[in-house]
Amino acid sequence: MANYYTDNKELKFHLDHPLMEKIVRLKERNFTEKEAFEYAPMDHEDAMDNFDKVLEVVGEICGDLVGPNAESIDAEGPQVVDGHVVYARGTAENIEALNKAGLMGMSLPRKYGGLNFPIVPYIMAADVVSRADAGFVNIWGLQDCAETINEFASEEQKEKYLTRVCNGDTMAMDLTEPDAGSDLQAVQLKAVYDEQSGKWILNGVKRFITNGDGHISLVLARSEPGTKDGRGLSMFIYDKNDGGVTVRRIEHKMGIIGSPTCELVFKDAPAELVGSRKMGLIKYVMALMNGARLGIAAQSVGVSEAAYREALAYAKERMQFGKAIMRFPAVYEMLSNMKAKLDASRTLLYETARFVDVYKTYMHIAEERKLEKEERDEMKKYQRLADIYTPLVKGMSSEYSNQLAYDAVQIHGGSGFMKDYPVERIYRDARITSIYEGTTQLQVVAAIRGVTTGAYLNQIRVYEAEKVSPELEHLRRTLIILTDEYEQAVNKVLATEDNEFIDFHARRLVEMAGNIIMSYLLVLDSNRDAMFAKSAKNYIRIAKAQVKAHAEFIRTSDLSDLGSYKYEMQ
Amino acid sequence: MKAYKIIVLAKQVPDTRNVGKDAMKADGTINRAALPAIFNPEDLNALEQALRIKDRFPGSTVTILTMGPGRAAEIIREGMFRGADGGILLTDRAFAGSDTLATSYAISRALKKVKDFDIVIAGRQAIDGDTAQVGPQVAEKLGLPQVTYVEEIQKIENGKVEMKRRLERGVETVSCPVPLVLTVNGSAPDCRARNAKLIMKYKHAKTVTELQNSNEDYLHLYNDRPYLNIPEWTVNDIEVDHAELGLSGSPTKVKKVENVVLQAKEAKVITSADSDIDDLMRELIESHTIG
Repeated sequence: MANYYTDNKELKFHLDHPLMEKIVRLKERNFTEKEAFEYAPMDHEDAMDNFDKVLEVVGEICGDLVGPNAESIDAEGPQVVDGHVVYARGTAENIEALNKAGLMGMSLPRKYGGLNFPIVPYIMAADVVSRADAGFVNIWGLQDCAETINEFASEEQKEKYLTRVCNGDTMAMDLTEPDAGSDLQAVQLKAVYDEQSGKWILNGVKRFITNGDGHISLVLARSEPGTKDGRGLSMFIYDKNDGGVTVRRIEHKMGIIGSPTCELVFKDAPAELVGSRKMGLIKYVMALMNGARLGIAAQSVGVSEAAYREALAYAKERMQFGKAIMRFPAVYEMLSNMKAKLDASRTLLYETARFVDVYKTYMHIAEERKLEKEERDEMKKYQRLADIYTPLVKGMSSEYSNQLAYDAVQIHGGSGFMKDYPVERIYRDARITSIYEGTTQLQVVAAIRGVTTGAYLNQIRVYEAEKVSPELEHLRRTLIILTDEYEQAVNKVLATEDNEFIDFHARRLVEMAGNIIMSYLLVLDSNRDAMFAKSAKNYIRIAKAQVKAHAEFIRTSDLSDLGSYKYEMQ
Repeated sequence: MKAYKIIVLAKQVPDTRNVGKDAMKADGTINRAALPAIFNPEDLNALEQALRIKDRFPGSTVTILTMGPGRAAEIIREGMFRGADGGILLTDRAFAGSDTLATSYAISRALKKVKDFDIVIAGRQAIDGDTAQVGPQVAEKLGLPQVTYVEEIQKIENGKVEMKRRLERGVETVSCPVPLVLTVNGSAPDCRARNAKLIMKYKHAKTVTELQNSNEDYLHLYNDRPYLNIPEWTVNDIEVDHAELGLSGSPTKVKKVENVVLQAKEAKVITSADSDIDDLMRELIESHTIG
């Protein structure tokens, strides 16, 4: 009888953010669909109430079914039978329950059968599902591939495929190949246009494909023979009903075992081109990846939530030396720091989701009418923010989820090392978050632009200018000092004008920006609700130590140091 | 393919699974204010069976009939969120204090007014009284066949419903012509979750009384969307003998309520032979369980 939404009041807090007023109004085009669709909201309050009620259903299904199923799914895993995936029993049950509850196509337009929810409540649902089962969220959460179809495919394709997603068809994005992982420009899967059928024919192999046997797959393939880089790649839709793709094997993984990671063989598989040729990697995969990265950030936060709760429950009940272990400073500090990092990554997650919401909604409105100059400027502003916040939240929250999982096992002591407690699975599940959809190192590559262009700093200044209550003023002052240190560190690194030196310090600089941004967000959250007061205070202590350590490292570092880090390259 | 008109009998009950110390009032009645009001669990199993018929036979309708105070409209909405087409709230002060006899009387009268139905499905029993009497009594009063302890409706063909019953020592498959009344066991599949679109579509559904007592911002909706009006029936809407309603129609009197810890580990099985039933009655009277 657990409800993973209502028992987590931080979620409702983030749902009720003031910016939602704008987001909902834009998303609902001033509530013009209320006549055409009986489930469309009448006004802002009605829409917010819808989100709340639907999330309550998500929370209920996760608490009653998805969470309890996680253990058996982890033990059973999916199998390949006759070239296709058979999910674990619990996975199939979860899918059916979420489908029947109408929770597929949450963010898709109503005309295709979607709920037309903004990204924020959709990401919140992903956050809740991840807490219940981080492996399962991959299968359910791949519905956000549909957003790429919604953005770039033809109307005919949208009608055909989006309707199916809203009715419960699962998706996959087939990008990685044995020799094309982080470097997707090396993709080789061959796409040849067949004049006779008017279809593209795909041949080749894909690897590490999550839910690779899903009903509808987005496939990156080389449509321009003779090319070797990203400009020769296009995006295709493969429909499982057409046949031509078989699953050769499912990987044996450390974690997220319920999520089938497939090796796929394409043998004359017919497919449809999405959008324009040659734009596959350059444009569409980038959009796809940004959506997926936000999804992984939500997954990371959900895993952190699960880890924190397991650790807290155990620390409360485990008695040693005559008292509950949470009474010991060594343990309560760990727990408080876990909570601080959890709250920090969650507030960054929803800040990012709001940025994505505003710009994506403007982008869709622009397909219907010409935007006013003011709207165009706003779209660009939020797009720039979304672009630098997405890799930041993916990188930071996935690293934190690993730290939380590590600490949660630690608090369990020997019991945490055994399979008897969920924390062992959570620890394994957390590990992938900082690897897939771009490793943390690659998130830094994307995020460093926010450092070098001053975009993070500008946004930090925006937070700095916000009024906070007097008792939070000292935290704000601390952050102003840390921001100065960050600025000096950035200036020092950039002054060298040496790309290798910038790359060498990139992670430190991005982390400093992330620490300061999350600190500010927690201060602003505390300003709205006192439940974040402890986390704000404790997180700022962590941030201060981290920023100062990085600042000191950079202050005493110069170009000549790099040599001592290089192995076997001299 | 035929479509079926299905009535689900449901009850809003205090959640006795989470009983605190203030759950009983001094006079031995349930302190409803102290317990969250929920959709009686086995009535949800019943609703799921009804919805499965609707899934299999498109065009079928599922209507929830409940008797209770005004707030019981909550479970009608709850049922609509899960796939029911609508509901009827039977509510009147005259029904207050009804035992199972008076309840089944009122419900059977309401069903007479509905008239046009094929299958009545109820939960086996409600968690507040645990009597398992209302379903069978309703069938008896309507002169309809009844099938109890149903776990699964297997098929409906040629006007006959084939069902699996879960009994003490096994399962039994029975077939029964429509119209009929059946009661569903808690071992039947759980009810499906609320559906996102149905929640958004039906969340404003209200009875007239609720509408009068609320600051509803969307009054025009109730004209534009008739399904948002939950019919509310009082004694005046059904044909009844007032003496058979409420307290006056209820021979059951609560003598006292006490907390009992069940100690017997085994169930006692008696046959339907008259002598066995006589023995049982004698035992119950001697122990003052009844009488």
